Amino acid sequence: MSTPVLSVRDLVVEIPTRRGVLRPVNQVSYDIHAGEILGVVGESGAGKSMTGNAVIGLLDRPARIVSGEVLLGGEPVHQLKGERLRKLRGRKMGMIFQDPLTSLNPLLTVGEQLTETITEHLDVGQSEARRRAIAALDEVGIPAASQRIGSYPHEFSGGMRQRVVIALALCAEPDLVIADEPTTALDVSVQAQIVALLKRLCREKGVAVMLVTHDMGVIAEAADRVAVMYAGRLAELGPVREVITNARHPYTAGLMASTPLASRGQKRLRQIPGAMPRLDNLPAGCAFHPRCDRAEAACRQDPPPSLSACDGRAACWFPLTDKTKATA
Amino acid sequence: MLAYIIRRVAQSILVLFVVGLVAFSMFRFVGDPIDNMLGQERTQSDVERLRTELGLDQPFPVQYYRFLEQAVQGNFGLSYRQGRPVSEILLERLPATLELATVSGILALVGGIGLGIFTAIRRRGTAANVIMTLSLVGVSLPTFLIGILLIYVFSVELGWLPSFGRGEVTWIGGWSTGFLTESGLKALILPAITLGLYQMTLIMRLVRTEMLEVLRMDYVRFARARGIKERAINFRHALKNTLVPVITITGLQLGSIIAFAIITETVFQWPGVGLLFINAIQFVDIPVMAAYLMLISVMFVGINLIVDMLYFAIDPRLRVDRTAGGH
Amino acid sequence: MSEVQTEAKVRPGRLARAWDSDLAYSFRHTPVAVVSAVVVSILILAAVFAPLVAPHNPFDPATLNLMNGFTPPGQPNQFTQDYFLLGTDDQGRDVFSTILYGMRISLFVGFAAVMLAMVIGVLLGLLAGYLGGWTETVIMRIADIQLTFPAILVAMLIFGIAKGITPPEYRDQMAIWVLILAIGLSDWVQFARVVRGATLVEKNREYVQAARLIGRSPFSIMLRHILPNVLNPVLVIATISLALAIIAEATLSFLGVGAPPTKPSLGTLIRIGQEFMFSGEWWILFFPAVTLLALALSINLLGDWLRDALNPKLR
Repeated sequence: MSTPVLSVRDLVVEIPTRRGVLRPVNQVSYDIHAGEILGVVGESGAGKSMTGNAVIGLLDRPARIVSGEVLLGGEPVHQLKGERLRKLRGRKMGMIFQDPLTSLNPLLTVGEQLTETITEHLDVGQSEARRRAIAALDEVGIPAASQRIGSYPHEFSGGMRQRVVIALALCAEPDLVIADEPTTALDVSVQAQIVALLKRLCREKGVAVMLVTHDMGVIAEAADRVAVMYAGRLAELGPVREVITNARHPYTAGLMASTPLASRGQKRLRQIPGAMPRLDNLPAGCAFHPRCDRAEAACRQDPPPSLSACDGRAACWFPLTDKTKATA
Repeated sequence: MLAYIIRRVAQSILVLFVVGLVAFSMFRFVGDPIDNMLGQERTQSDVERLRTELGLDQPFPVQYYRFLEQAVQGNFGLSYRQGRPVSEILLERLPATLELATVSGILALVGGIGLGIFTAIRRRGTAANVIMTLSLVGVSLPTFLIGILLIYVFSVELGWLPSFGRGEVTWIGGWSTGFLTESGLKALILPAITLGLYQMTLIMRLVRTEMLEVLRMDYVRFARARGIKERAINFRHALKNTLVPVITITGLQLGSIIAFAIITETVFQWPGVGLLFINAIQFVDIPVMAAYLMLISVMFVGINLIVDMLYFAIDPRLRVDRTAGGH
Repeated sequence: MSEVQTEAKVRPGRLARAWDSDLAYSFRHTPVAVVSAVVVSILILAAVFAPLVAPHNPFDPATLNLMNGFTPPGQPNQFTQDYFLLGTDDQGRDVFSTILYGMRISLFVGFAAVMLAMVIGVLLGLLAGYLGGWTETVIMRIADIQLTFPAILVAMLIFGIAKGITPPEYRDQMAIWVLILAIGLSDWVQFARVVRGATLVEKNREYVQAARLIGRSPFSIMLRHILPNVLNPVLVIATISLALAIIAEATLSFLGVGAPPTKPSLGTLIRIGQEFMFSGEWWILFFPAVTLLALALSINLLGDWLRDALNPKLR
């Protein structure tokens, strides 16, 4: 198998606060290959966005990576700083933000923002950069791209703006794109279009995509594999169909049961009792145990095992198997 | 856009109208104008005659209209104290204030914006922290103390620069300038610094705050995530967005330079309109107070209008049809 | 945030909770804030207890001796051998005592002016925000117009007009009150704007709607529900306004349109002291100036810290 585009190994992010050290990302490991979309899903505060920010080196102080590594095309990037990190951003890895209203500079035309990024990373002149900028807009489905290039962000609708954002993230041809809740701020009717666009670009350009979202529908629609996060840890990781139809971690199972999409045929949606604990108030052992009906003594004392304990699928002492599922 | 301009102009006229009302009320109700004009020895018929002559027997709106009519022509009557036409006294003194204010304004703008950007970009650096601490001293230091301090150091102790007056002035038409003689320029240095320093610290702190605010915006993060150079992020992305709110308040600050000139002119006995105004307050010379008020209002309103027009040059969102401010 | 945590355990006393609050924590860990608070407290106490602390009463002619004039600080007078900590002025008044009494006037005017501005501003802000419509338009238009002009100019103008209205024989007596009025009226806009903004936000919250539905009067809703929500920004503005008011008072008095020489504030003392700068009696100017700077600076530093502590977004 080829080297994955992105490889995250035992990543730990910490935030020192007055009331103790928080770990929004705790021992997280996963790979993303070229042309693959990895969905990262979880409740807000589960650490999914923080993981994306850590990968691209945009953690806000005082959050910092304390251990683990991030490999981009096999090269470690988690210790890079300043110029060397900047040259990778945009060129090797791009990022798409949640809110297209605020992620474009209101005082620069979209053309200016595109050519600026292209000339920064690729060795091309102004006219070639402009040609590529138009091509990039065209590629994300902006009609009459050569005319719209002189427009300001406020002259586009929300969905169109998000397309511009995607064009900006991809215009310097990165290998990896981190999409942080790219559809959350959009109208439902536009969401599907943006998901389809991401999926198409990923396939056509062979880009690796890390798709961070709390929306299981988006994951089911777009992702090849899915990583489920809970309270900073990876709870489950596997092919998207497998995880949806055959969850191994009790949290994932609960999540699926509460999602209309995955529990078709069920009369009522079930919910998981309680709420995800705050990071400054984590229970001992597995963070999920107070809400888990399978919890036993081990769950209350020891942190959950690594994914490899359960065929690389679930970080749980007592994962669900097909047999237990049948009786449940 | 045209609607926006018309609205702003209408607003300016409203401001001037209200200020005019204040100025007129001062004339009408602060002290008795008849008393002020006739002095102790007067007869009842004198009073009646003057009352009719001045139109004081007319109803209030008519009087106000007449006042405005006169004011538009620059006629504010005679100074109680000097007995000369107020407009003449003001015109004679205006160049001194305008020259001082211009030099101070340039100093405050250039220094304030430059230092503000610097302290925002290097916000954890030592130099930036030292400047920020000094600026807080600057804000707490009343203008007149800065002036006194400068006089003490550069006039009393070192004897390098004059402590009062404008030095030698040259007359060009009706305009007296201190820019053309050595003593005039020397005399300008201390007052200009005194007047500019406080405004500079305010502008600097404002630019810094706004710049930090902008640097936290999503589009700056996004620019970072695209690997844009720090330089371009600071000056292309952040500074331009900072300018929109900065221009508003800076415009007001420039206006207040003219008002704060009152203090500086008193400290340095600078023969401008501010010193005239302070003397007018001390002696309750109402016509001078009222005329000064109208003059300074016209300047403020003019500056505000120019500032509003500047928005269009910077913010494309306004050029469409949204008429509200940038935020 | 901290309340949630303390509630779980045995509820500690009010004082202990205050000590444990984020604000107190930030205070204890900001040396600048602690030092400023100490300086402000010392200055305020010294001013309040001036009659007890001051070695002389500078306004009692009986205790003055012209022979003591121009005594330099820290050395005995060459004729009378009297000793003055910070020296004396031309009339033989003890500079240290005049500063204490002057600070009293400066602080009194400052506090009273800010109170006046706060009451007017908060009241008008609440009315504008809550009632909206015509009331709001009028109030905010006036605020806009006043904001076109620097506060110090507005204060000067009000002072000038008030001076014109008061008969000459009462002018010195009334000067302090006129100052308070002038500075207070020139500074209410800030309060009104912030309170109106916050009121507009709170007005549409569900709990306010609920209070309306159960028939609470608008007045009690404003007082009980909206006012507590705007206290933080009002406190920050009040602190910064206090420094501004003290500086404004000093400026007006320095310009000769404020506290009269018979009741000198720090600004008046600096005005008097300036005359002796050229002849070498620096202490008459220097000590009042330093006191004014210390007062204004430490209040500003406190205000700066408070703004950062109550508004962590700006960190």
